[in-house]
Amino acid sequence: MAGIDEQSKIKNEGEIRYLSPLDINTSKAKKYCMFRRSGIKYVDYKDPDFLNRFINEQGKILPRRLTGTSLKYQRKVATAVKRARHLALLPYVGDLLK
Amino acid sequence: MKNYETVFILNPALSEEQVEKAVDKYEKYLKSNGAKIVSKEIWGLKKLAYTIQNKNSGFYNLIEYTAPADVVSSLEVEFKRDETIMRYLTVTLEKDAIEWAEKRRNRNTKKAS
Repeated sequence: MAGIDEQSKIKNEGEIRYLSPLDINTSKAKKYCMFRRSGIKYVDYKDPDFLNRFINEQGKILPRRLTGTSLKYQRKVATAVKRARHLALLPYVGDLLK
Repeated sequence: MKNYETVFILNPALSEEQVEKAVDKYEKYLKSNGAKIVSKEIWGLKKLAYTIQNKNSGFYNLIEYTAPADVVSSLEVEFKRDETIMRYLTVTLEKDAIEWAEKRRNRNTKKAS
């Protein structure tokens, strides 16, 4: 009859056993559309610093699944980024933007 | 009559006077064609995100106006003929965009004062 203490002493031999499931937080913070939450209705192409949130280091537009933007505003973000690129406010191709 | 907004980039080799002259020229052009200027912003010399015509910077200018529809295309023809203009973009402003533009203007005037 091996007690719990003895079991824990020989832990380096076999696998580790837990009596009760560990408290590991597996729930992620819910993503949300920042335009809906903060009530922004128009995405401005003249503000490259703001648009910086929606592109990756290479200057590619990030997908909705990563940013959490709703479809309506994702379309607006996409056109805004493209307009900013045309005016050389954002690069078409970049390296180490952030 | 719709609201429009035009951003154009001028050659960085120009002097400040020449830039002002060019902006005045297009302003006058718009006015003579029945457009009303709502606001005008000269952003000044800015760095470009990539080279255009082998240049790394340019003078950015913004004009907001209300105009009948045919003015925009003729203005863009003028832009194409002008060699000092490196890039331009004209956008129609919808309801939300007009609101945003007003807000932006107020913020800018507050900053300036």
